[in-house]
This record gives sequence, C-alpha cells and structure tokens, in this order.
Amino acid sequence: MSTKKKILNRVATVFFTVISFFWMFPILLIFYNSLKEETATGTSTIFKLPGKETFVGLEHYVEAINDQGMLSAFGYSFIISVTSVLLIIICCSMAGWFIVRVNNRWTKMFYYLCLFSMAVPFQMVMFTLSKTADTLHLDNPFNICIIYLGFGAGLAVFMFTGFVKSVPIEIEEAALIDGCNPLQTYTKVLLPILRPTIISTAILELMWVWNDYLLPQLVLDTNKYNTIPMVIQRFRGSYGHVAMGAMMASIMIDIIPIVIVYLICQKYIIKGVVSGAVKG
Amino acid sequence: MVGKSLKKWWPVFVLPTFIAFVIGFLWPFIWGIYLSFCRFSTVNDVEFVGFDNYKKLLDPVFNQNFGHAFWLTVLFAFLSTVLINVFGFLVALALTGKFKGVNTFRTVFFMPNLIGGIVLGYIWNTLVNGLLVSFGTHLTLKTSGVAGFWGLTTLLLWQQIGYMMIIYIAGLNNVSPDLIEAAKIDGANSWQTLIKVKLPMIMPSITICTFLTLTNGFKLFDQNLALTAGEPKKMTELLALNIYNTYYGRAGRVWMGLGQAKAVIFFILVVAIALIQLRFTTRRETQA
Repeated sequence: MSTKKKILNRVATVFFTVISFFWMFPILLIFYNSLKEETATGTSTIFKLPGKETFVGLEHYVEAINDQGMLSAFGYSFIISVTSVLLIIICCSMAGWFIVRVNNRWTKMFYYLCLFSMAVPFQMVMFTLSKTADTLHLDNPFNICIIYLGFGAGLAVFMFTGFVKSVPIEIEEAALIDGCNPLQTYTKVLLPILRPTIISTAILELMWVWNDYLLPQLVLDTNKYNTIPMVIQRFRGSYGHVAMGAMMASIMIDIIPIVIVYLICQKYIIKGVVSGAVKG
Repeated sequence: MVGKSLKKWWPVFVLPTFIAFVIGFLWPFIWGIYLSFCRFSTVNDVEFVGFDNYKKLLDPVFNQNFGHAFWLTVLFAFLSTVLINVFGFLVALALTGKFKGVNTFRTVFFMPNLIGGIVLGYIWNTLVNGLLVSFGTHLTLKTSGVAGFWGLTTLLLWQQIGYMMIIYIAGLNNVSPDLIEAAKIDGANSWQTLIKVKLPMIMPSITICTFLTLTNGFKLFDQNLALTAGEPKKMTELLALNIYNTYYGRAGRVWMGLGQAKAVIFFILVVAIALIQLRFTTRRETQA
C-alpha cells in the first residue's frame, strides 16, 4: 500500500470516529440526563454532564417502574411481540408454501391481496380495525396477535413465497413418496430449509411490533394494558408538567434491550434487512 | 404432485392466515371505504351521505388544514427521500473502503433504525429544544414551524440513513470486481468508474431504497406526533397526523366521516406514488 493511501485511510478512520460520536450523541444525551436531577434537565442545562449536585443515580428508573407502570408495559410489549411474531412465522410460512405449490386462481388472488395490503396506510383502517377488534374481543395483549397476523401477513407471505419459489420441488416430492403427509413434509423438510428466511422475517416483524404505537393504542383496552411506546407517549399526553426524568429513564428502558439484542444478533439483523429489501 | 396433495390441506395451511387477514385488513379496509361515504360518530349511528364528505374537504371550514398538510407531506417526502438516499449512498461508498473500524461504523450508523418512532421523536424533541437554546435563539419546537420541519427531516435522516446504507452496501458488494478491473484497464478514473459502472449496476438498490424512503416519508406518523404533534398551529402537521386529529381530535358527528374520506384520498395518493415511482426507476434498471 502506498503511503498516500495509508494516510488517506487513517484520515477516514478519524473522520468516521468523530461522526460516529455525533451519531450516538442523541442516545448518550438521553442516557446521562436520565441520571440527573429533574431540575437540571431543562433546555438550558440539558447538555451539561451530571455533576456532584445533580447526579441522582437510578432514581428516575425506579420512578418509571413504580409510578408509570414501565415494568408491566415491558411485560405486555414482550408478550405481544413474541406471540405475534411466532404466529406470523408459523401461519405465513405455511400459507407461503401453499400459495406457491398449489398455484391456482384463489392462491394468486390472496397473494396479490397481501402485496396490496403492504401499501395501504394504517390510517385507512384504524377506526374500523379497532371496532372489529372490540367486537371480536381481540382488545387484550393475548389475542391482539391475531390482528398482527392479519396486518403483518403481507410482508411475511411475500418473503416466504419468494423463498419457496427457489426451493427445488423434488425434495418435497421425495418426502411425499416416502409416505409423509403434507404436515410432516412441512415440519421435517420445509422448516429446516426455510430457516434463514424465518430469521429475517422474524426480525423485520419484531422491529415493527415492538415499536408499534398506534395499533395497540387504538385496539387495546388502554385502562388495563399499556405497551412501552404507549407509556412514553402518555408522559406528554397528561396535562401540564412532564416528568422529564422518568420519561428519559423509560426511553432508556426501551432502548437498552434493543441495543443488547442488536449487538448479539447483528449479523442476522443486517441479513434480514438486506433480504427483506431484495425481495421487497 | 405436491400441489395436488397439498390442496386438500387448505384448512390447515392457508385458512388461519386468511381469516386473520380478513379480520385484520380486508374487512376493515372495505368497511373503511364505505364509511368514507357516511356520517357517524360510533358504529351505531351510521348514515349514508354520498360524496358529502369529499365535497366538504374543499371547504376551509371543514377541511382542517388538509391542503396545508397535503403539500407539506409531499414536500417532506420528496426532500427526505433525496437527502436520505444521497447520504445513505455516500456513507455506503465510504464504508465499503478498507480502513480500520469500518464494521464498527456500520454498526453505529444502523443503530437508530431499531428504535421506534415515538421514542425517536422524544429523543429529538429534547435535543432540538436544547440546541435552539444553546444557539441563543428564543425558539422552541412549540413556537417555530421551521425548526419543527427541519427537526423532523433531520430525525428521519438520522433514523434511515443507516438502513439505506446497508442496502447500498449489499448492492455495491454485488458489483463484479472484473467489471471494475475492466473499466480501470480501459483507462477510467475512479469518478468515471463510479458514474459509468457502479451506479448503473446498483439501480435495483436505488429502486428499492427510493421506494422505501418515499412511502415511509408519506406514511410518517409516530415521529411527527412525538416530535412536534403538529405545533405550532398545525404548521408541522403531516397528512397521517392530520387524519388522526380529524378523526379523534374533535367531538361531533361530522368529523369522523371527514377523517375517513381523507384517509381514502391518502391511501390513493400513497399507492399512486408507489406505482409511479416503481415504474419510473425500474424502467431505468432495464436500460442499464
């Protein structure tokens, strides 16, 4: 490598290190302010690091959990995300396989309806969907996954049909000849082949469900159940004084698990984004 | 053969998804179109009024800033699409280089994407208000529509550059090294290689990224609600939030039908833009 190139590479590293710091700064800002006394988080003092007088430790975190119901919100967000993604993966991988292999007028129509649903903005169905959910008693964290299956089916069916098309049909034929019924063929042959697509789809759907605000806000019985985005939005929704400290602690309670999961599963997440985009 | 034996199993394989799809999308969608021709405040007092809601949208007494929100959204969506894709591509180009820390930088750039819109909105609300004060202005997001608009644009850039960067990096890595080598032998400099070889080869990535950013820009809701909530005086209210406020913001029988009519127009707009954009960029793809 020439010296000129070496210097250029060094400069690039320094440049991007600085940019990276600024890129992370909004999150760092919320983090160190969540450790400060609330009077020190006004707009004029927000950039000051916590000092001896202003540092309050995890006080705001305790406040967020005890007074704002962040713990139960975390639990509900978790239940909703896990059940919805599991249901989407199981049902849509089955449906995707069925659509590709049966391939008649009805499956094609369903496929195009799924594609269409991806383009429709949520505001179009927000009122009617919440009323439908009320009527069918889907307004609690345990049944809401059915709504998510219906609204998330578009992307998942699209991803799975895209992948199944590239799977050689001979493997499935061999399994059927060996006496497997379609359900056994699905669990024993298809599921292992679909693994990469399952991971990608699960990640994309998980990012959506975990962060979704308006759907659970309109569908869930808000007196009983709250998800994390709903609790955070409620801070300003209440009149007058906003509990800035507890709010920033709540934001960190939302972000920290996301960052941990991201750092562990980074490879899969990046792959998921790329394959989702290539097929989308 | 697979198809034939599978067909009988439709109640197991496709019915659950289909039922959920009808409950979660198809029925609400059709009902939503019907309700845009009705006056109602709950499901029990629906009265058919024909095109009355749509006509009212032209009347400033009833349309609640719809025109302003419409043009603001168009401006916002196109501006953010251009900026996100230009910066996303530049960052991708830089981070396909071979220098120390490239992987860490990619990780950092992608990170904001995983955070939800509501949370992003409040993070930037804090940051922008703090910056406005430190620069000695007397503005806040509550008083300045200009600050709100650019705050929202910056927020979206921060969130989505990383996502588009990942897609562009995948596209750039797929450009065959032979092709670049051949261009070099033919005497192309690195600028010419970029414009004449790399750019046409990643047209599929450009199609996808512009599609995603454009539709995301039009549909933006959470970030808008959390950052400015449309303040001051609805100056920063985008279409999705405008519809939401028309629907749930005021009591009275007239508003919900109006909101639903707006939603139908919004839906047609988003689908039309998506189709036009896909046709436009895929045509370039085949030429390349």
